[in-house]
Amino acid sequence: MTPSDKTNIILTGVPASPGVAIGKVFLFEDDELVLIEKTIPKNKIKDEITRLNQAIVKTKAELQENQAELSKMLGKNYAKIADAHMLILNDPMLNKDTVALINEGNSAEFAIYKATEKITKAFDLIDDEYFRERKHDIIDVAKKLMRHLLGKQKKTLADLDSESIVVSKNLTPADTVSMREVMVRGFATDTGGKTSHTALVAQSLEIPAVVGLKNITSQVSHGMSIIVDGNQGIVILNPSKETQENYKREHDIQAATQKNLEKLKDLPATTIDGKEVVLGANIENPDEVRSVLKHGANGIGLYRSEFMYLTRKTLPTEEEHFSNYSKVAKMMMPYEVIIRTIDLGGDKISKLGLMNIGQEANPFMGLRAIRLCLKYPDLFKTQLKGILRASVTGNVKIMYPMISQIEEIRQANDILNQAKIELRKEGKKFDENIQVGAMVEVPSVAVVADIIAKEVDFLSIGTNDLIQYTMAVDRVNEDVAFLYDPLHPAILRLLKTIIDAGHNAGKSVGMCGEMAGSPEFSIALLGLGLDEFSMSAIQIPKIKNVIRSVSMKEAKNLANELLKCSDRAAISGVIKKFKYR
Amino acid sequence: MTEKKLKVINKLGLHARPASMVVQSAMKFQSTITIVKDEYTIDAKSIMGLMMLAAANGTELLFRADGVDEHEAISKMEEIFNNGFGEEI
Repeated sequence: MTPSDKTNIILTGVPASPGVAIGKVFLFEDDELVLIEKTIPKNKIKDEITRLNQAIVKTKAELQENQAELSKMLGKNYAKIADAHMLILNDPMLNKDTVALINEGNSAEFAIYKATEKITKAFDLIDDEYFRERKHDIIDVAKKLMRHLLGKQKKTLADLDSESIVVSKNLTPADTVSMREVMVRGFATDTGGKTSHTALVAQSLEIPAVVGLKNITSQVSHGMSIIVDGNQGIVILNPSKETQENYKREHDIQAATQKNLEKLKDLPATTIDGKEVVLGANIENPDEVRSVLKHGANGIGLYRSEFMYLTRKTLPTEEEHFSNYSKVAKMMMPYEVIIRTIDLGGDKISKLGLMNIGQEANPFMGLRAIRLCLKYPDLFKTQLKGILRASVTGNVKIMYPMISQIEEIRQANDILNQAKIELRKEGKKFDENIQVGAMVEVPSVAVVADIIAKEVDFLSIGTNDLIQYTMAVDRVNEDVAFLYDPLHPAILRLLKTIIDAGHNAGKSVGMCGEMAGSPEFSIALLGLGLDEFSMSAIQIPKIKNVIRSVSMKEAKNLANELLKCSDRAAISGVIKKFKYR
Repeated sequence: MTEKKLKVINKLGLHARPASMVVQSAMKFQSTITIVKDEYTIDAKSIMGLMMLAAANGTELLFRADGVDEHEAISKMEEIFNNGFGEEI
């Protein structure tokens, strides 16, 4: 029996976007450059050259189209990739070799294969990794040429003609740009994590996705039945009738619940006894704002700025920072937009050619985020100037990540002041009183939150890292992930310490970690006094629903009860008692 | 024939973007323009040739132009090289 005959094959991956989808597989593959050896009689050589030229013309048209799409989506600089492809296509070196090979009696396909092989072999000898890797650009162009020669169309996501579940190794912005959104019911990919491009696209389209399935592409075929369960992070191939019916039921319940939640969109996040909290959204890029507003967010509690550094080979300019931030600030007016300065590790930055940082044995505790920014103040200042300038276009605040001691805030503020001085000299406007906050995600800062709170305008708790650092647990490591517990007595006490310290200093305290978007923790956090919850936009209606269902008095009681617990059993008991109160 | 030694002064070296810039500028001239580095001689109108040079920051390249507009060609190349391709130096 081949695997495809078996029913209910379960594959486990990473849940990247919630929901359940049932449908047929659309296998989206990258095609390979294949060798087709064919000789051409002498009298046909001219025709063969004509064929080559026609393919070049078609490829040119395709590249121009890509260029326009890329520049529309990602900005002009990104479209430079297509520029380089165009030059490769017109390159005298490639063309001369190809034509010479055809004149020797080879088919155009074979000539392209051979000419490309010769060039890529030469590239393999280059010492510098960056230049060596450019051979992939040449192979990309050769593949395109080959496709046009063979008259084959590349399967793109624009080809989806019936509602399907897209299965692919990975999805890039170039793949999803042409996607016919209405036809996609879900994603399942070999690679990727919770913040991969696939995950973000799925979340913004509100369709389920499971990523990191390792080898799903080799286990499915076109049109195969598949269920994507984005809640549990599993995919079921060839589901039995019974499984399908079970999932269909779950799907219907979800759809009904979702409809109910949508009605909450314009209602405030207020408890029964009238305490209102802010529900904000976490975003990666300006395209997500549409979904943020649709879900009724009252602000952006975390604007991750890393995407600008990850999708390119050169550092973003002040102008690019400004344009990305002001776009969001304008759309979100009058609500606040908290921009977190880059939270990257040195490995990512060195890819941009800024510096050579060796492999770090322990990158999580290494040179990243604010530490990296303070070491490379120019890199930091460019971003700060962009944020400052965006502050006149909306309600913008700055947040420093991974603060571990007060000196870092002071040094960062010094650079911020330099940025302000430069902008004044350049005659560029900014909000002189822009608010500055610190992320509380390192235990050393949580413990002395009272000292930190006096130095900043607001605090925002990053629970993902705070819990990992406090518990010394890597939650991606399956063997120890169970130790990652947001309700651990140590975490609850830290949260209370941070929130109380903020309030004593008259500062607001928010949370932008995953804990803020998990309904099971909302009441406890409310009871601890959290002012602002920031989460993935799709979670907002659920959290609002929970907050509108309790009184502040009940929430405080729950928090107090939980703070008294010394172990897991006691915590479960308190939660159970509260549920059935 | 006109010759001139030019130095790559931008931090990132002659990567894809500057290489495109050189090729696009070179194509505006009728003269043949070649670049010599060590034992290689490549056509300045070939993006692949340029990338194969793998010219990092500090590399010196010998430009050779031959044709009716050879002087203009060389001074244009000089201009974009001395400008660090408009990138951080």
